[in-house]
Amino acid sequence: MFCVSGINTAPPEAGPGGVNEAHQPEIRDRIVKTIYREAEAIAARVVRQTGPHRDWEHKVDDILTSRLLGFPVMFLLLGLVFWITLVGASYPSQLLAKALFWGEERLSEIFVWLDAPSWLHGLVVTGVYRTAAWVVSVMLPPMAIFFPIFALLEDLGYLPRVAFNIDPLFKMAGTQGKQALTMSMGFGCNAAGVMACRIIESPRERLIAILTNNFVPCNGRFPTLIALASIFVGPAAAPGFSSLAASFTVAGLILAGILITLLTSWLLSRTILKGVPTTFTLELPPLRLPQVGRVLVRSVQDRTLFVLARAVTVAAPAGALIWVLANISFEGQSLLARGAGLLEPFGQALGLDGFILLAFILGLPANEIVLPILLMGYLSAGTMVEVDSLTVLQNILVHERGWTWLTALCTMLFSLLHFPCGTTLFTIQRETKSLKWMFWAAAIPLAVACLVCFAVAQTVRALGLV
Amino acid sequence: MKVLPLSELPTGQWGRVVSLKARGMARCRLLDLGLVPDTPVQAVRRSPLGDPTAYRIRGALIALRREEAGQVLVTPFMILPAR
Amino acid sequence: MPLATELRERFNIHPDPGAAVIALAGNPNTGKSTIFNALTGLKQHTGNWPGKTVLQAQGTFHFGGKKYILVDLPGTYSLLANSAEEMIARDFLCFARPDATVVVTDATCLERNLNLALQVMEITGRVIVCVNFIDEARRKNIFIDVDCLARELGVPVVVTAARSGLGLTELKTGIDALVRGQIVTSPRRLIYDPDIEEAVARLEEKIPGEIKEWINARWLALRIIDHDRSTLDNIRQYFEVPEWGVLRERYKYCPT
Repeated sequence: MFCVSGINTAPPEAGPGGVNEAHQPEIRDRIVKTIYREAEAIAARVVRQTGPHRDWEHKVDDILTSRLLGFPVMFLLLGLVFWITLVGASYPSQLLAKALFWGEERLSEIFVWLDAPSWLHGLVVTGVYRTAAWVVSVMLPPMAIFFPIFALLEDLGYLPRVAFNIDPLFKMAGTQGKQALTMSMGFGCNAAGVMACRIIESPRERLIAILTNNFVPCNGRFPTLIALASIFVGPAAAPGFSSLAASFTVAGLILAGILITLLTSWLLSRTILKGVPTTFTLELPPLRLPQVGRVLVRSVQDRTLFVLARAVTVAAPAGALIWVLANISFEGQSLLARGAGLLEPFGQALGLDGFILLAFILGLPANEIVLPILLMGYLSAGTMVEVDSLTVLQNILVHERGWTWLTALCTMLFSLLHFPCGTTLFTIQRETKSLKWMFWAAAIPLAVACLVCFAVAQTVRALGLV
Repeated sequence: MKVLPLSELPTGQWGRVVSLKARGMARCRLLDLGLVPDTPVQAVRRSPLGDPTAYRIRGALIALRREEAGQVLVTPFMILPAR
Repeated sequence: MPLATELRERFNIHPDPGAAVIALAGNPNTGKSTIFNALTGLKQHTGNWPGKTVLQAQGTFHFGGKKYILVDLPGTYSLLANSAEEMIARDFLCFARPDATVVVTDATCLERNLNLALQVMEITGRVIVCVNFIDEARRKNIFIDVDCLARELGVPVVVTAARSGLGLTELKTGIDALVRGQIVTSPRRLIYDPDIEEAVARLEEKIPGEIKEWINARWLALRIIDHDRSTLDNIRQYFEVPEWGVLRERYKYCPT
């Protein structure tokens, strides 16, 4: 019917069935070639290159991806980012806490003046306000520093270089380097990291990236890690190096998270998500000097305030709920304490205690509220203390609750590895359109967290190190 | 004329695409990147662990793993293309 | 035949009689999102492309008393439908028929970017090419003869440095002029090998008039020759035409 000489547009009757397939690449090749030829010809007439092409970015790129320095630079930058965040955030954090707790006192005075019942004061001030205030004062400063620094690295074009450097490791694990990009997004927020997994074309590799994304600590977990590292590692280091030691501890934890990501990915691609790594094509865009002002404004606007707003909206009602649990007693013990009592043996086996485990479970809606829940749990049993600085936190944990460095380590590991928050799980369900994968996304990390904490706690105890 | 897989092109060296070994989707993807016959390609840098390699293809730097780059046959040439 | 607004609604574009729909196409890493953000500011919202887990960003801006809906297409190297992103970009241009399409290109590697621009121009003639990162290009001693480029392509060309806000007013002016019909484009036509051209010419005649009204017949003929099954699938889906003999006939013989 439309047999055109030279081109195979003939119906199959005209020849053997395989003709179409055999000719298809040939035609596609010629079409693409014509388009590129034309582009080449136009560019030749329009573009003029005068002078040398080599520039600073080539030299920087040589360092960033160098055989010798590529990896050290990566780790150093990671450590540096945390160090700046940690050092830069501590003072504003204290200031903010002071201001917010001053506000709490004023709020309490209003309640007294109104002659409000004490349960109302407890619910609103000790529950909602204090939890929200904690979340703001602990999260805002590190976020306001971390996100912009990260956005600057992003704007510079460094992240694709990380994927480029690290791809062989992911290839060994049966996936690919773009997973590193999704992990970088996970530092901000795991839900965002899960969304970012869309850049991975292969469905199998995308699923692995989704299931392992929470092994990079999101912004809701950073404050926990940073606070615990500052309390337990900082003082142990030589004077003057405490914040440096703390930040490299956090960086070390992140390395552990990356290692576990690789191991889990490897395991997944040999069990429930079998397959060989597919293709990997990644453009390394030219390094560009970041537009500092623009980047700062956008990162504060889009990420910092967005994440903070989300955290506060979750933290406020959660604060009320936890207060209720901490203050409704049943047979002389609060519900919170009862729950903790039930979990105590499991907690102990994992190097934690019942309250810590309970805090992680109740913290499912948002990781930011794990530490506030924990404190409320601890404090509901004893005297009420205003936690407005790390020193007070240290007092509660070490002196009142008998935390050792092992407790701190296991809490940090559990925080790093445990199930993702509710929002992330919801996002996973939406992205995979499957409840099954959402379930795995919670179960796998939980299993890993329990396994690692159990192994660490038992080993340390067996060796008599605590 | 010496023909070798793109993955074996030493870094810094330029080559001209001779043909693609890949079939189907993989071939289409390579074509999309601009790897049509006669295209000059430069191996620019290797990842610290030896793979992947970043190639300059029509002005952009694109990283390909050994498996994909091996699907592209090139013939090396010494002089920088006058472009 | 469905109405234009109906087809657009299938791409999540809410009907707005007074507004013009502008597509933003471009390779990855060409600063497309910077331009999108700069043009729309805070007036944007994101979602998914229908049926796909690919991010869709839409925004609006006003210029010269007219409302514009800007749709950010996924960043792709080509429109030959090798990935979900390429298919989305192609389908939007083909079926939603934007009133104008901005192709964002990177001045520091124009040649690679022209590949996409030429492909877009095969689908729609209402194209404006935006040469971004012009500041970077100057720093790298790369000079672009913009007038020559506009002549070669047959469409308006605007030079921008979106990161510092340079050229954005000119871009908006260009879009506005194109939409209002003050600029008439004569997009450069790609000439393929003689045997392909001959086949295209023959096939073009056989494409039903109602489809020709909506889709560039030459482009469609090329896709048929290229055995692009997804385009044909989508034409059936979007136009719900039961009778379009030649295409359906051809479609049967396309390998999967």
